[in-house]
Amino acid sequence: MELLSGAEMVVRALRDEGVKYIYGYPGGALLHVYDAIFQQDEVEHILVRHEQAATHMADAYARATNKAGVALVTSGPGATNAVTGIATAYMDSIPMVVITGQVMSYLIGEDAFQETDMLGISRPIVKHSFSVQRPEDIPSIIKKAFHIAQSGRPGPVVVDIPKDMTTPTERYPYDYPANVKMRSYGPISRGHSGQIKKAVDMLLAAKRPVIYTGGGVIMGDASEELVKLAQELNYPVTNTLMGLGGYPGTDRQSLGMLGMHGSYEANMAMHHSDFILAVGARFDDRVTNGTDKFCPTARIAHIDIDPASISKTIDVDVPIVGPAKAVLKEMLELVAEAKAKPDAEAISNWWKQIDEWRQRHGGRFELGDKMKPQQVIEMLSKVTNGDAFVCSDVGQHQMFAAQYYKFNKPNRWINSGGLGTMGFGLPAAMGVKLNFPEADVACVTGEGSIQMNIQELSTCKQYDLPVKIINLNNQSLGMVRQWQDMNYESRHSQSYMQSLPDFIKLVESYGHVGMKVERYEDLEGAMREAFAMKDRLVFMDIYVDPFEHVYPMQVPRGSMRDMWLNKTERT
Amino acid sequence: MRHIISVLLENEPGALSRVVGLFSQRNYNIESLTVAPTEDPTLSRLTVTTIGNDRVVEQITKQLNKLIDVVKVVDLSEGDHIEREVMMIKLKANGQMRAEIKRTADIFRGHIIDVTPNTYTVQLIGDSAKLDAFIAALGTASILEVVRSGVSGIARGEKVLSV
Ligand SMILES: Cc1cc2nc3c(=O)[nH]c(=O)nc-3n(C[C@H](O)[C@H](O)[C@H](O)COP(=O)(O)OP(=O)(O)OC[C@H]3O[C@@H](n4cnc5c(N)ncnc54)[C@H](O)[C@@H]3O)c2cc1C
Ligand SMILES: Cc1ncc(C[n+]2csc(CCOP(=O)(O)OP(=O)(O)O)c2C)c(N)n1
Ligand SMILES: [Mg+2]
Repeated sequence: MELLSGAEMVVRALRDEGVKYIYGYPGGALLHVYDAIFQQDEVEHILVRHEQAATHMADAYARATNKAGVALVTSGPGATNAVTGIATAYMDSIPMVVITGQVMSYLIGEDAFQETDMLGISRPIVKHSFSVQRPEDIPSIIKKAFHIAQSGRPGPVVVDIPKDMTTPTERYPYDYPANVKMRSYGPISRGHSGQIKKAVDMLLAAKRPVIYTGGGVIMGDASEELVKLAQELNYPVTNTLMGLGGYPGTDRQSLGMLGMHGSYEANMAMHHSDFILAVGARFDDRVTNGTDKFCPTARIAHIDIDPASISKTIDVDVPIVGPAKAVLKEMLELVAEAKAKPDAEAISNWWKQIDEWRQRHGGRFELGDKMKPQQVIEMLSKVTNGDAFVCSDVGQHQMFAAQYYKFNKPNRWINSGGLGTMGFGLPAAMGVKLNFPEADVACVTGEGSIQMNIQELSTCKQYDLPVKIINLNNQSLGMVRQWQDMNYESRHSQSYMQSLPDFIKLVESYGHVGMKVERYEDLEGAMREAFAMKDRLVFMDIYVDPFEHVYPMQVPRGSMRDMWLNKTERT
Repeated sequence: MRHIISVLLENEPGALSRVVGLFSQRNYNIESLTVAPTEDPTLSRLTVTTIGNDRVVEQITKQLNKLIDVVKVVDLSEGDHIEREVMMIKLKANGQMRAEIKRTADIFRGHIIDVTPNTYTVQLIGDSAKLDAFIAALGTASILEVVRSGVSGIARGEKVLSV
């Protein structure tokens, strides 16, 4: 067997796992590993400018491919800088392996230079973590890390490696295990047939059904089965923020997003439904609104790979623990065999009602003198034929992108939903662009969010990452300001962005192209020009109406149907 | 309601802190916690008593099961079970209190396991309610120190918790 040092084993194990890129930043505890990286060319290292960006790049690669991304950060400040990125991945159940350097094992606990208890710090925000105690364990630990990160309900895994586990002169036999066996971990591969049958019976008997799907359909690769089932039955589908693209957004049966900023028709349909089939969605508080008033007439079947997601916030009638793909497949078979058929008349009446709701509001916004952010997103959708990867930051612009960009494919909408991490968008776009060099990759952001990781423009230059940054510049922390308008009599405490930089000059100094757009008439031309520059990063600084609000917006603690529809009208 | 949850845990560094961390992170209550290796040195057995409604306790067992180091979880209070706790209690014992304490200890089947001219140390084994009752029964005796082990539990009958 080949003899390798711990440092070499880290890099070799990543290669054997099929990893092409790792995202990281060096430091003392990792110098042996960085030397091993230098001496090979199969795993390419991308040097970011801040460790948070490394985690978001790895995370976005995972969101686009359903495979774990890898970040590499040094001990102490390197590791703590990665914490926000780990938490971001954890909240959205994204597979990621984060390798953190650690001080020499014999110094641990002595407040050594750049020592932090990374296992302790990251414990509540990881699926699992490992600390390497013997160099020869490195291959099996890395194998387990990938296995745990990517199977079952995915999530980030931290591997903490003390520097003396990677000493170049100490070599050990290297053997990368082909598979993993752990007595305490075995993800489930199918659902309970009896429960699935029960759910199908209820599904077929429903008169006002809604299929409510989330991130589990995207990361569980179950979009195809979902589309088949929904279309076979002619039932309406609504997606969570994390589930967008799971069902084609331009299809007639799509009600768009539900929840706090969900569409009028999606929230109305949920509230009035008599049966909800929830698939890979976790009844988040941004979806349910007041749980005591949630969908009073609905019975619920819930498919989720994590039993802890079922009946956590809302009690369900038929729990089905299993992977969405396998369970939906089984449902499709049962539906095909079933003697009972959906009640055509009831379903047709239900659609009549839904179409009425659609007409009543249906995602309209009012035009004004100033350019509206919604118009910009609609233009982005048009210019990219609805086919781009859209990586978003957090704020109003994120909601507008979710509402107005119609995603027809899964894994194209990349955003931080659970943690809501400002600063996610640009590194995410970089991670996607690096791995999909031919695709159009847009970063939809705001002048607040972009400044949280703006230093990555430098990384974009180094590695030629021609993403298109769509900065919806409303000169304010718009989402915060909206809440202040609605709940604090417009006392805009700290929600203005004063002293904004000249973004055009800024991006130019990094070697990129800047465009300022102030009038809607100029938007289409400029945007087409930006996307035509295939090999340049273009920063479009687009001035939009600073007073716009995101609607619909649910009334706090109300039911799903209690919404503000615009600044003056509510349901 | 009070629940006694038994957990088989990989005997790995950090495993215990994941369990304890889970309780504080998710705002679950811990009444008592005991942990020790089993006959298989790679496994620890942990017993936690907690108070919560059905939904909370269901979440606790589900979340515990999700921890990678956790091999098995049972809520013992769902079936017939035996719970035991050890208490050692040091009491001031002079004059007529010596006889008084001895009598009370006998009634509760406690043992006096250490004696000085001024103190008795009583050992008592039982479920938590019995230990509470003993303390209450001591009446005016002056308690110097109480150590309780926390609850351990096991299912009655042929049911076993093992890998
Ligand atoms: C400013 C802001 C506003 C927001 N507004 C809204 C809003 O209006 N509407 C909205 O929906 N969200 C909104 N969110 C997002 C919200 O916070 C949650 O992140 C989101 O609702 C959760 O989506 P989800 O239920 O699909 O769950 P996810 O977090 O995507 O979780 C996926 C679920 O699927 C399960 N799962 C994973 N893999 C599988 C598999 N293979 N098979 C089966 N199940 C699987 C997991 O166990 C989990 O339960 C907002 C966020 C921000 C930052
Ligand atoms: C790191 C971080 N800090 C604070 C917040 C709270 N927050 C949510 S949206 C928002 C404003 C975002 O402003 P901007 O990026 O300009 O977007 P806009 O809402 O104006 O479109 C803030 C401060 C957050 N989500 N993330
Ligand atoms: Mg803004």
